[in-house]
Amino acid sequence: MSDTLSKIEKRTAYILLLPAVFLVFSIILFPILANVWISFKEVGLKDIRIPEPRAKKIVKSIKDSSDEIKIIYKLRNSSLILDIRDVKFQDKTPKNVEPLNLDERCQFKSNIINCNFGNWKAKYKENFQIILKNKKGEKINKKEIKSLKPKLSGKSDNILLNTNFTLKNFKKVFFQNEFFDLLMTTFYYTFFGTLGSIVFGILAAQLVNQKFFGRTFMRSILLFPYVGPVVALAYTWELLLDPYSGTLNNILLNFQVIQEPLNLLGQKYLTINFFGFDLKLRLALTTVIIFEIWRYFPLAFLFILARLQAIPKELYEAADVDGAGPVQKFVSITLPQITAVISILFMIRFIWNFNKFEDIFLLTGGASGTRTLPINVYEQGFTISDIGMGSAVSIVIVALLLIFMFVYFRLLGKRADEN
Amino acid sequence: MKIRSLILYSFISSIFLFSVISIWKILSTLQGIDLKNFNFAIILSLGIGISLINLVIEDKLNSYIKSIVFASFFTLIDGFIIQNMPIWYNIGVFGIIIFYSFKIDKYNQKNLELEHSSQSVLFEFLTLFGIVLFSFVILFPFYMMIVTSFKTQAALLINPLDFSINFAQDIKELFKSYFVIFDTYKFGRYILISTFVSVGTVIITLIFAIPAAYAVARLNFFGKNFLSTSILIIYMFPAIVLVIPLYTVFSQLGLRNNVGGLLIVYTATTLPVAIYMLQGYFKSIPKELEEAAIMDKLNWFGIIIKIILPLSIPAISSVALYVFMIAWNEFLFSLMFLDNPNSFTLSRAIQYLSGDAETPRQYLMAGSVVVTIPVLFIFVYFEKYLVSGLTAGSVKG
Repeated sequence: MSDTLSKIEKRTAYILLLPAVFLVFSIILFPILANVWISFKEVGLKDIRIPEPRAKKIVKSIKDSSDEIKIIYKLRNSSLILDIRDVKFQDKTPKNVEPLNLDERCQFKSNIINCNFGNWKAKYKENFQIILKNKKGEKINKKEIKSLKPKLSGKSDNILLNTNFTLKNFKKVFFQNEFFDLLMTTFYYTFFGTLGSIVFGILAAQLVNQKFFGRTFMRSILLFPYVGPVVALAYTWELLLDPYSGTLNNILLNFQVIQEPLNLLGQKYLTINFFGFDLKLRLALTTVIIFEIWRYFPLAFLFILARLQAIPKELYEAADVDGAGPVQKFVSITLPQITAVISILFMIRFIWNFNKFEDIFLLTGGASGTRTLPINVYEQGFTISDIGMGSAVSIVIVALLLIFMFVYFRLLGKRADEN
Repeated sequence: MKIRSLILYSFISSIFLFSVISIWKILSTLQGIDLKNFNFAIILSLGIGISLINLVIEDKLNSYIKSIVFASFFTLIDGFIIQNMPIWYNIGVFGIIIFYSFKIDKYNQKNLELEHSSQSVLFEFLTLFGIVLFSFVILFPFYMMIVTSFKTQAALLINPLDFSINFAQDIKELFKSYFVIFDTYKFGRYILISTFVSVGTVIITLIFAIPAAYAVARLNFFGKNFLSTSILIIYMFPAIVLVIPLYTVFSQLGLRNNVGGLLIVYTATTLPVAIYMLQGYFKSIPKELEEAAIMDKLNWFGIIIKIILPLSIPAISSVALYVFMIAWNEFLFSLMFLDNPNSFTLSRAIQYLSGDAETPRQYLMAGSVVVTIPVLFIFVYFEKYLVSGLTAGSVKG
C-alpha cells in the first residue's frame, strides 16, 4: 500500500517538475552543449540561414492575343554558398487554361503545373517562362493569375548538422586572439570590480547600520543603481563622461581641477607623473570598473547590512564596558562577524563580474583596452560574423566558470562542515 | 583637552564642511551660476575658526542663536568673496552652516578629553561625510538624466553647464523631448511591448515555478538532491554563453524578431531562481496543513491552489517583482533577438536610438527616464518585497 503511495508521489513530482525542467533544459543546458558542437565547426553568421528556393512571379500580357498570357518566374537560390537539391515547383492555374510548349522538366495536370528542377548550385538564377492559353479563346484574367503564388521546396545541407569538425577555432582563440591580453583585462575588471563593490558595500552598510534621520530613505537610494535599467544608466554615464559636452569634464575644467578634458571612456592609457616616475593607468578600463562598482556595490551592501543587523547588541555593549573605541569595535567584533558573508559575496560576484557583458558593451563597446572575454564572444560572433569562433570563446568562459564554481562549492562545503 | 582630539575635531569637521559647500557649489554651477573656484583655503580656515569658536563659547549661548550667528557670519564672508550670487545660493550656504553648527554643537572641551574621543569625532564626521558623498554620487547621474531630458541641444551648446529648467516656458516646449520620442520614435508602442514581455514572463514563470518548487519542497523522488544543486549551478551560467546557440537556433526556427521567443528565453533564465526562492518558502509552511487536506481527498492541484498559494502570497510577490525587474531591465537577449523596430522592447529601443549619432542626447535621456521611472517606482513602492527578492536571488545580476 505504502509502496503505491510513494509511487504516486514520485509520479506527481515528475509531472510537476517536467514543464520547468524541459524549458530550462532546452533554453539553458542545450545551448551550452550546442556551444561545444558549434565551436568545432567553421561557421559564419551567413551560413546559418537555411538556403531556400525562391521564385518571383511576373505576369505579362502578349500583344494581339488576349487569350494568351506570359508568366516569367525569376527563380533563384537564396543562399550564396550552399546548394539546394531536388527542387520541386508547384503553381496553380485558372480553369480552362493550358500551357503551350511546356518545359520538359514540368508536367501539367488538373490545373496544376508541377516541375522538377533538380539541383540548384549556390547563387543559381534562372528566368523560367510559361505561356498559358485559354482553351475556349476567352480573355485570361491577369489578376487571378497574379494572386496564385508558386510553392517551392528543396533539400539542403544544414551546415550545423553535418559532421565536419575542425580545431581551427580553438587554435585561433589561443594563438591569434591576443588571448593573454583578453584574459588579463577580464581578470583586472573582475577582480577590482568585485573588490571595490565589496569595500564600498561594507562602508555603506556601516553607514546605514547607524541611527540617523532619513535612514530608510538612504537605504532605498543606495539600491537605485542596482535596480535601474542598465541601458539608461550606462548612457547617462556616457553623457556625463563625454570629453567635450560631458558634465563631469566641464565641471572639472570650470573649477580648474584639470586643464585638458579627459576622454575617460575613449583613452586607453593615462600617464601620470608620480614623483618623477611615469605611471601608466588603464584609463578606460578604470572608468568601466568604477561604473561596475557604482552599479553593484548595493548588492554587497544589502548582504552585509543584513548580517550587521543580526550581530547581537550585547557584544557591542560588552565592548563599551571594556572601554573599546570605534576602531577596535569594528576590527574585533564587526569584521569577524562579516567575513563569512564577504567571502561568499566575493566568490559570487567574482563569477558574475567575470561574465558581465552589457555594462562594458554599452559604455565602450570593448574599445580602448576594455575588451573582456564576454565582449569577445559578441565581437567574434556578430561583428566579425564568425559563429564558430564566438562559440569557442564561450567554451573557454564556461570552462573557467566551472573551475570557479568547483572552488566555490568546495569552500562552501568546507564552511558548512565547520559549522 | 587632548591636542590630538582638538586638531582632529576642527580639521575633520572643516573638511566635511568644505565638501558639503563644494557639492552645493557644483549643483549651483549646474543652475547656470558662474562659479570658478572652490576656495579651499578660505572655507577650510573659516570652518576651523567656527569649530574653535564653538569650543570657546560652549554653552554660554543657546545653540539656536549660536548656529544663526555662525551661519550669518559665514554667509556674509562667503557672499563678500564671491559676489553677485542669487539669493537662493546664499540661503543654501546659510542652511549648510546651520546644519554644520548643530553637528559640532555637542562637542565641548570636556568630551574631547574622553578616551577614544578622537576616534569618535573621526567616525561621526566620516559617517556624515559618507552619507553626503554616497547620496551625491548615486543620485547625481539620475538627476542629470532628468534635467538633460528637459534641455535643448542648442541651450546646452551655449553653456554646457547650465541645466536650469525654465518652468515659465510652454508645457509643450518643456516636455518636447518626451513628445518627440512618443510621436516620432513610437515609445508608446515600446512601453506596451516591454510591459507585455515583463508581465508575461512573470505569469509564465510563476505557472512553471510554483508546481516545480512544490515538488522540490515537499515530495520525495529519485534525483531530488541532484536537482536542487543543479538549480543553483544552472543559475550561475551567464546569458553570454547561451547567446550564440540560441541565436542560430532561433534564426533557423524563425523565432527572432518575435516577442514570443523573448518570452521563452526570459522565462527559462528566471525559472531557476524562482524555483529556488519559492521552494525555500514552501518548506517553511507547516506540513500538518497539507495532511489535513490529503484527508479531505484533495489532489496536488487542490493543495497548491487552496493551501500553498494563499499562505505564500509574500514570497510569490517577491518572486514576481524580482522577475519583473529582471525582464524589464534585460538587454542582451533583446539586442540579439530583435532587429525590427516594430518589436523592440524599451531597452533595445534606447540602444537603437543611441546608435544614430545624430540623435540629440535629450531624446536619449528622455527615453532613459521613461524606462527607469517605472522600475524605480515599483522598487520604492514595494521595497519590502523586492529587497527580500534581491537578497534571495542576488547571486545573479
